Amino acid sequence: MIISVASGKGGTGKTTVSVNLARIIGRGVQLLDCDVEEPNAHLFLRGRETGCDIVTIPVPEVDESLCDACGECGRFCRYHAIVSFGSTPLVFPELCHGCGGCMLVCPRKAIRETGQRIGVVETREADGISLIQGKLDIGVPMAPPLIRGVKARLDKKRTAILDAPPGTSCPVIATVRGSDFVVLVTEPTPFGLHDLRLAVDMIRELSIPFGVVVNRMGVGDDRVHRFCREKDIPLLLELSDDRRIAEAYSRGELVVDALPEYTSNFATLLLNIREYSGAREK
Amino acid sequence: MKVAFTTSGNTLDALMDPRFARAAGYIIYDTVTDTFEAVDNQKAFNAAHGAGIQATEAIMRQGANCVVTGHCGPKAFRALSAAGIHIYQTQAQTVAEALEAYRAGALPTLKSADVDGHWS
Repeated sequence: MIISVASGKGGTGKTTVSVNLARIIGRGVQLLDCDVEEPNAHLFLRGRETGCDIVTIPVPEVDESLCDACGECGRFCRYHAIVSFGSTPLVFPELCHGCGGCMLVCPRKAIRETGQRIGVVETREADGISLIQGKLDIGVPMAPPLIRGVKARLDKKRTAILDAPPGTSCPVIATVRGSDFVVLVTEPTPFGLHDLRLAVDMIRELSIPFGVVVNRMGVGDDRVHRFCREKDIPLLLELSDDRRIAEAYSRGELVVDALPEYTSNFATLLLNIREYSGAREK
Repeated sequence: MKVAFTTSGNTLDALMDPRFARAAGYIIYDTVTDTFEAVDNQKAFNAAHGAGIQATEAIMRQGANCVVTGHCGPKAFRALSAAGIHIYQTQAQTVAEALEAYRAGALPTLKSADVDGHWS
């Protein structure tokens, strides 16, 4: 089973939910940190590094001796990563999405692909939890290819938790696509509700069963709850606005380790995820 | 000779836009016929990345041989150089002033990008 943990708004508690859920599931679970621009799951699951692979994307390289400057490649590329001004094409690797289209449309077979490094995927073992974490290189603007690199290391025979980046754009979609269930983490504030609406629209578009975790209960108002009731969205877990949770987080500790009384909350979350993902499958 | 001026207006009195790639548009002035036309640059203006490349394509389609602008970023510079489009730099306030300076041969050529990408 693949469970993605996402949110519209940043800072609502995706990583808190992901790492504690991983601990509750226990030995054999995989945790994929897909927030490759700012991975942080390793701060809570330190463990031992077991591997580090470089991830590249294919970018075009033009053989000037074969190119007749016809410009087909530039007309094809919607990202303007390769462009011909009546001359041998210019390549802008930082704009390239690695689709390989320019190579296919080139009538003279003058383009070949070469690998451009965009980041690394690190793997760690921490108390039976396999952490797979992408780290995008500084200055690289495109996260989705690296996120796919992280997900390529997922073992489908084992339960996987995917910690998504915040927002509702391409990196989030690259993360949650293919999941069996999505947990949307929010907070009961106007900002939390605003971004939850966007996230719900995105997940509905992808047709993946989902439910909501409301973190920091006690702040804000009841509009997130009213929204979930009206839209028939299951509420999976409420976590109170407990200063001790923030303190444990700041020390890099798991909530279920530092505050064992919360163990049952995360166990309930797991039961709810299983129930609601199964209910939709029938 | 067709000269592209970076501007947000569509007359010669219009203010110059100091940005090349993210200018609202261009006035393409034909020095042979002394006529001009205004060209919109919304596509490059709104692009997340690579505005310089799209802007170069836009003025090239209009047959511009050179551009008169305030500043030019790295991708725009590479693209304009490859397209063989000369870049003249000016601080003139209006298109008319910039045109006058261009005609007088008073404008320096830009030999490299003088600002970083996404500078404004």
